[in-house]
Amino acid sequence: MFKFKIQEGLKVIQPGQLVEFPVAQIRGDFPILQRIVHNKPLIYFDNAATTQKPRSVIDTITNYYTSYNSNIHRGVHYLSQLATDDYEKARKIIQKFINAGSSDEIIYTRGATESINLVAATYGRANLKSGDEVLISYMEHHSNIVPWQIICEQTGAKLIVAPIDDNGDIILEEFNKLLNDRTKIVSIVHISNSLGTINPIKEIIDRGHRYGAVVLIDGAQSVQHAKIDVKTLDCDFFVFSGHKIYGPTGIGVLYGKRAILEKMPPYQGGGDMIKSVRFERTIYNDLPYKFEAGTPNIVGAIGLGEAIDYLHSIGIEAIANYETRLLNYATHVISEIPGVEIIGKAKHKSSVISFVIVGIHPHDIGTMLDVDGIAIRTGHHCTEPVMHRYGIPATSRASFAFYNTFEEIDYFAESLKKVIKMFS
Amino acid sequence: MNEIQELYQQVILDHNKNPRNFGAIEHPSHFAEGHNPLCGDHLDLYMNIEEGIIKEVRFNGSGCAISKASASVMTTILKNKTITEAQELFKSFQEAVTSDTETLIDEINLGKLAVFCGVREFPARVKCASLPWHTLINALEGKQESSIEIQSENHGK
Repeated sequence: MFKFKIQEGLKVIQPGQLVEFPVAQIRGDFPILQRIVHNKPLIYFDNAATTQKPRSVIDTITNYYTSYNSNIHRGVHYLSQLATDDYEKARKIIQKFINAGSSDEIIYTRGATESINLVAATYGRANLKSGDEVLISYMEHHSNIVPWQIICEQTGAKLIVAPIDDNGDIILEEFNKLLNDRTKIVSIVHISNSLGTINPIKEIIDRGHRYGAVVLIDGAQSVQHAKIDVKTLDCDFFVFSGHKIYGPTGIGVLYGKRAILEKMPPYQGGGDMIKSVRFERTIYNDLPYKFEAGTPNIVGAIGLGEAIDYLHSIGIEAIANYETRLLNYATHVISEIPGVEIIGKAKHKSSVISFVIVGIHPHDIGTMLDVDGIAIRTGHHCTEPVMHRYGIPATSRASFAFYNTFEEIDYFAESLKKVIKMFS
Repeated sequence: MNEIQELYQQVILDHNKNPRNFGAIEHPSHFAEGHNPLCGDHLDLYMNIEEGIIKEVRFNGSGCAISKASASVMTTILKNKTITEAQELFKSFQEAVTSDTETLIDEINLGKLAVFCGVREFPARVKCASLPWHTLINALEGKQESSIEIQSENHGK
């Protein structure tokens, strides 16, 4: 069923490479991919919104609640020890995954959004003052805009926005001009969720550091597609969400350099984030617990660790390679359809294709494809400034994961043609 | 007819392509702006009402096929209706598109509006069909300045 059609004359696909990536076997690992939607096999092209979960992650969650559910830390009983061990083991898996120096630098959060809010509310509040600047880009997700707006309003700092060009690339000359001694924080997305642009973050981090700014990288769309090494990158903060990397919802990660995290005031107060509590004085806990008040998402963390193990079993480079081929093939096929315009043509792109069709609203496209069993996303993708930049209210977006196939892309293209025919 | 043909009936596709009463009225007696922040649909509704009768009604804006066709069909129906009649049409329309799919549609009462009942199979699209009608009610109630934001309604699914 999942044999690929190799189209003659198509340069982007190397037949020799196709057999190497075991997509049929991988699809077997994801139970939801067997689903029928509107009497059609599900084609899931909404991976930038959330990814599906492999059986191993689902089993891990079930197993936790079935056999060792209990609260972590300070539990003297057997189950509490098991839960604590796995919760902390997952932290080490994450540490290795992004090559952090220590697992103390891995803070569990609810997701990338909370991670950014945490940095804004603690580091931002403690370090920003009137006249300081926070530099972001035009292609940020709302979650990397609004937390900074809130903190700028409270501190009198200014939010500065670096422009992007028609292809969807940050205009680096403009970005460089906007950096100055007042720039205290640079917060940039690694891969744009609505345009697919892969930003030159190493260069951005180095430039930010030259002006003494701390640099946060929003990796919500990148950890699942590329090898991340926070040591080599030298970023001060790196954030991502578990559910976009084949793990559960409600768990995410904030990586921060130890020296910076140690100086930051706590985020929320409560249990677990303290060493001792007196009414006169409370002593905060060490890293990473200082930032983890309350009972955390225990099974979320364990599930995320399992998801990363699963990715390792396939290999992040093999995944990146295959997804690039999916992107190139889809870009080629979609570009051939008259009337379709791709929004976001950066030189370096991730497997996300945003597009518009002249005269057909994205909502109508989304509904039509849904009836064919194809799940895509339509709307502004939480990046309204990007939509304004291109003068469009919304786009349709197909985003691919390593369990998608070339055959699915062909079917998607046929379905798009039907939409165009119906509305012409 | 399958559910997609039911949703995008010929009448709807036609009104989407060739919307009736499309454009502004320069000095309307009644005006309201409708906005659906979820999908960015935007609609300006203009009316001239004399002695309680809608003499002229036009609309402007951008949106999906369903919202555009719904606005277009609405304008053709409202002409020469009294305010009370318009309000009653709103009620019948709203009731019909939010009813569950088992409920029989009163086609005689709804007339041309019955074509929009296909949205019942697509809960996410009910707002699209309703937007022009909510804008109408705001215009009639004199809420010109306020843009309406339809919260997701209970569609039963």
